[in-house]
Amino acid sequence: MGPEVLKDISFSIEPRSFQYLTGPSGAGKTTLMRLILMALQPTRGLVNLFGQDVSRLDAATLTAFRRRMGVVFQDFRLLDHLTLYENVALPLRVLGKEEASYRAEVVELLRWVGLGERMHAVPPVLSGGEKQRAAIARALIGRPELLLADEPTGNVDPGLGRRLLRLFMELQALGTAVVIATHDLGLMELYDAPRLVLADGHLHVDA
Amino acid sequence: MAISMSMPESGSREFEREERTLPSNLRRDQPLVPVDSVAGRALMAVIAILTFLAALSAGAAVLAARASEQWRSAVADEMTIQIRPDSRRDIEADIARAVAMAQGVAGIESVRAVPRAESDKLLEPWLGAGLDLVELPVPRLIVLKLRPGNGPDLATFGATLRREVPSAILDDHRLWVRRLSTMASTIVLSGAAVVLLVLAAAALAVAFATRGAMAGSRDSVEVLHLVGADDAFIAREFQSRFIRLGLRGGAVGGFAAIIVIALLGWLSSRWSAAPEAEQLQAMFGAFEIGWSGYVAVILVAMVVAAISGLVSRFTVRHYLRVLAWGAA
Ligand SMILES: Nc1ncnc2c1ncn2[C@@H]1O[C@H](COP(=O)(O)OP(=O)(O)OP(=O)(O)O)[C@@H](O)[C@H]1O
Ligand SMILES: [Mg+2]
Repeated sequence: MGPEVLKDISFSIEPRSFQYLTGPSGAGKTTLMRLILMALQPTRGLVNLFGQDVSRLDAATLTAFRRRMGVVFQDFRLLDHLTLYENVALPLRVLGKEEASYRAEVVELLRWVGLGERMHAVPPVLSGGEKQRAAIARALIGRPELLLADEPTGNVDPGLGRRLLRLFMELQALGTAVVIATHDLGLMELYDAPRLVLADGHLHVDA
Repeated sequence: MAISMSMPESGSREFEREERTLPSNLRRDQPLVPVDSVAGRALMAVIAILTFLAALSAGAAVLAARASEQWRSAVADEMTIQIRPDSRRDIEADIARAVAMAQGVAGIESVRAVPRAESDKLLEPWLGAGLDLVELPVPRLIVLKLRPGNGPDLATFGATLRREVPSAILDDHRLWVRRLSTMASTIVLSGAAVVLLVLAAAALAVAFATRGAMAGSRDSVEVLHLVGADDAFIAREFQSRFIRLGLRGGAVGGFAAIIVIALLGWLSSRWSAAPEAEQLQAMFGAFEIGWSGYVAVILVAMVVAAISGLVSRFTVRHYLRVLAWGAA
């Protein structure tokens, strides 16, 4: 066991809220998101999600909760053997939906993030920014109640970064709670929102 | 108050136009977990070979079972007394004495001394026709037909016969039949054991292949979990592939076994036109496993396929439970 990266952290994310999660590299932003995602079990402490203690969830509830969340991973985690279209459609496909029922929606979102021409390409031949936008589209397609985005603008130019931020804000307006992990000060200045700051394993809120 | 979800006219027409311009087949029906086709082909080959071996041993077991049944029904109710020629004794008198004694035994239904001409004829294939056998010391036979049910007390009869007619030997076919049946049941049991071993080997091969495939797709599985796929959905993605491999392997192996058995049957039937083959035929029956043999072969292939499916299903479920928390 290594040192404790996160300790004495206590915070909550309100429905329909918008906040940044920030802190120096290695502070534990990604780790915190993995805890919320239930991709990691806390060695101690309590994670409550949608009003329930996640350590006692059965498999079915776990899946149901994950379907209420969208994630943009820092390293994208697209499936390399699927096209961008298939990757973005994945959250709908795993629900067992018919392809015809979501095709137009997926294509529209791909165009919105500027990937309309690239939807048949597979991730290994794409630029970092293109993969990032595909990862964002995959997180948004299921209209989640909670969106976790880990450095969602780290690989795009400032113009596109603004455009993507606007996408997140629109999503919040539609009723999604948004958490954006970033150490891009410029991005946080574009739209003022509460900042959860991680440092030395502790967290404080800059409202 | 009513909330209207319908779009304005122009919007819906625009939507339709967009729908038309969409490529009709965006999804390529790719499996969601990457497929290692080399490993898949290797696994299919292993399953096919195992099925082939299991099906052949099942066929051999059926063949042995059928052959032993044939001997049993043919010779179980018969015995012979052999009278060896002895220059100091009158062979015809010995025959008459043995026949009279046999007729006195309770469990013996009928007694027939094989006439000289007939027993000479039995020797013809070995000695050639036209040879005068009168000078040769040829043993003579008495055929005893036993009553069905509990047989006579042969030990006592044999002993008395030897005492009264020293040149007579009682041949109990049933001893032979018993030995042959023991041999046949050994073959049948070994065949069954081989089938079981092969099934176990197939199960292990499929379990390891499934585990390997899942370990190789661990990242994909975690991503699928995190975008909201449940275990049943992911399991189907893996299972269907392994069930298909199992079915194909089983079909190929079973089909090959049927071809080989049919070919052997055909060869032996052509070969049995030759006189030497008769002894082999007597031993193994016609090399024909009959419809019950083919059913056994097909059954074995189906069981192998079913086991592949079940084992991969079990392995996938087990592994997914381990990965449920994305134990990365
Ligand atoms: N699975 C793990 N096991 C042990 N330590 C880990 C694991 N994952 C991350 N860490 C450690 O936890 C610390 C926090 O990592 P984390 O990825 O959460 O940082 P971060 O804030 O996201 O950094 P960055 O801004 O560079 O993305 C790091 O020191 C890292 O080495
Ligand atoms: Mg990080």
